[in-house]
Amino acid sequence: MRQFVQQLVNGTVLGATYGLIALGYTMVYGIIQLINFAHGEIFMVGAFGGLTVYRYWLPEAWADNVWVALPAVLVVAIAVSVGTAVLMERLAYRPLRNAPRLAPLITAIGVSIFLQEAVRLFYPDGKRQQPFPQLISSGTFDVAGVTVAWVSVFVVVVAVALMVALQVFVKTTRTGKAMRATSQDPESAKLMGIDVDRVIVITFVLGAALAAVAGVMQGMRFAQIDFRIGFLSGLKAFTAAVLGGIGNLTGAVLGGFLLGIVEAMATQYVPHGSSWKDVWAFVVLIAVLVIRPGGLLGERVAVRA
Amino acid sequence: MPETPRRQWRRSAVVLLPLLLAAACGGGDEEETGGGAGQATKVVKIGVIAPLSGDLTATGTGIRNSVDLAIRQANEKNKVPGWRIELAAEDDAAKPDVGAQAAAKLSSDAAVVGVVGTYNSSVALQVAPVLDRANVVQISPANTNDTLTRGQNPGSPTRPYKNYFRTATLDSLQGGFAADYASNDLKSKNVAIIHDKKAYGQGLADSFRARFEKNGGKVVATETINPGDKDFAAVLSKIKPLNPDLIFYGGEYPEASLISNQAKGPQAMRVPLMGGDGIVDATYAKTAGAAANGDYGTSVGAPPESLDSAKQFISDYKAAGFRDSYSAYGALAYDAANAIINTLPTALGSATAVDDSVRRKVVEGVGKVDFGGASGKVAFDNFGDTVTKSLTMYKVEAAEFKPVKTGEFKA
Repeated sequence: MRQFVQQLVNGTVLGATYGLIALGYTMVYGIIQLINFAHGEIFMVGAFGGLTVYRYWLPEAWADNVWVALPAVLVVAIAVSVGTAVLMERLAYRPLRNAPRLAPLITAIGVSIFLQEAVRLFYPDGKRQQPFPQLISSGTFDVAGVTVAWVSVFVVVVAVALMVALQVFVKTTRTGKAMRATSQDPESAKLMGIDVDRVIVITFVLGAALAAVAGVMQGMRFAQIDFRIGFLSGLKAFTAAVLGGIGNLTGAVLGGFLLGIVEAMATQYVPHGSSWKDVWAFVVLIAVLVIRPGGLLGERVAVRA
Repeated sequence: MPETPRRQWRRSAVVLLPLLLAAACGGGDEEETGGGAGQATKVVKIGVIAPLSGDLTATGTGIRNSVDLAIRQANEKNKVPGWRIELAAEDDAAKPDVGAQAAAKLSSDAAVVGVVGTYNSSVALQVAPVLDRANVVQISPANTNDTLTRGQNPGSPTRPYKNYFRTATLDSLQGGFAADYASNDLKSKNVAIIHDKKAYGQGLADSFRARFEKNGGKVVATETINPGDKDFAAVLSKIKPLNPDLIFYGGEYPEASLISNQAKGPQAMRVPLMGGDGIVDATYAKTAGAAANGDYGTSVGAPPESLDSAKQFISDYKAAGFRDSYSAYGALAYDAANAIINTLPTALGSATAVDDSVRRKVVEGVGKVDFGGASGKVAFDNFGDTVTKSLTMYKVEAAEFKPVKTGEFKA
């Protein structure tokens, strides 16, 4: 039982990161039906942005002060991710807005490779793993025999807070309403006076900001980052988004946590589970899609003319 | 809206640009250098196949540079009169299929007489047969998997590739050496083994287990992980209640540094991690952070810094101005390159170009070399294995691997 709870904790922490990244996939898909494969790289450049501010810009006297260093790292990480995402949308996706569906998809893969290679080649010593500062103590505490790290608590609390904030934003604000309208029918939304281009940019900005926070959190948990972290995390997060029902915000979060927990449980309870955990994650995905083709919370998406 | 040609062109440019840039960047690692000595016009090439991109870049670059150094020196001293030696370095990205392509490319280049590499045993298993068919000699400074020189059956070893040699010692010796250190010096009783299922990681883990159990120790858990994974919380939580006093990891430093960090940090396990030569790299201690202190790693050969024979190599390497360290295999790669270079004057003889008979003579010559290299005596037995079998146990102190014990493993 204790092991079960321990693995539940491990899976929840892992799932929090998946969920945060999955939100970016699902939002962009909801608005423009694009699977933005470069989203994992937005997560990666965010982590590198956070590392840069810590390593090169922060005066040493402040680097150890978590109340200064952590906000600085987060703000710059978000700025770098958002900047990259806005440029990506403007230069790579907007010119292809009315092109056949495959063109932006291939472009997304190209952007993904471009960003990976850019970091590898131009970040100082970028081809190696970079040590990432552990801004929050790597200390742990025990609850009834279950070991929890402080950084894990931080990761889950921040992730859940951001997920709730996003829901509130989309449900209650004017911009959120515009996003929902654009997602339902961009043509009619435009006729109602909604600036669709602006809504799309805002969608990318929100997704990128969440990914940047996830990038910094992953860096702090693992104490290292490299130029390829976006690929695997992006793939897992995309899986989480599909599992929950792509286009559905709650679904992305649910899918993220479910995927993380399945991986942890498979490691514990299936022989050779640790190397087969990805297989089990995809078995769950297929099983869900067989029963509910739209994903757990996915609704039937209207086919566009 | 009807599309004007100009608009179409702009669209395709937007699609193609990132792809073209990526393609242009991807090829950037390949380098062909070499000394510029004398008026010699005839060119003979020595290849390198090593990871020059990806996680294992640190090690691969050290191998490439050390071979480069040996070639530059040979050209300066005009060791092969009338010929200029050139380096042909290929990136295998630590992937077997990429390595096989690199091997095909090098063996189709008529000027290539030998290859130093690979780093990964799993890559060598694909590279060796390709080079063997073309009679190109291969000397690995780092492969430790037994099957490369002994075949699949440890009971009756047969040599699979006549062209394959190595200056590194075997996993069976390295794993055994590590197990003896764990039993005798650390007094470990319960060990948890984790490996990455690759030829190297699994081979090392198996030989460690065999010896450790023979020593009376108990393996409380054996877990496997996927290379490239980052989050090991679940697998560490699984072994923690079994109370191991040591974690033995068969694999390389990218995953090992994460495991060490996560075991001691978020999992609060106060046990050291031990691994093989795959984790003995400066990057390990750097990326695992403070968690790495007290971890152990075995490596092939004696520490270069402690050998008189290696001092010249180290000072020459520094003088050559390479940006990266010579890494754990620098001295062994340097010796491997010199083993090939030493056979060239005889093998090339009066030939005007490299041909199949020259390649065969090089393979034959390497089997007979016997000289004092940077890492010690360089000579090969009937299987192509080095006759120098010393191993060193390193311990991480203050974020650096420090040698704690050097010796030979006796079965």
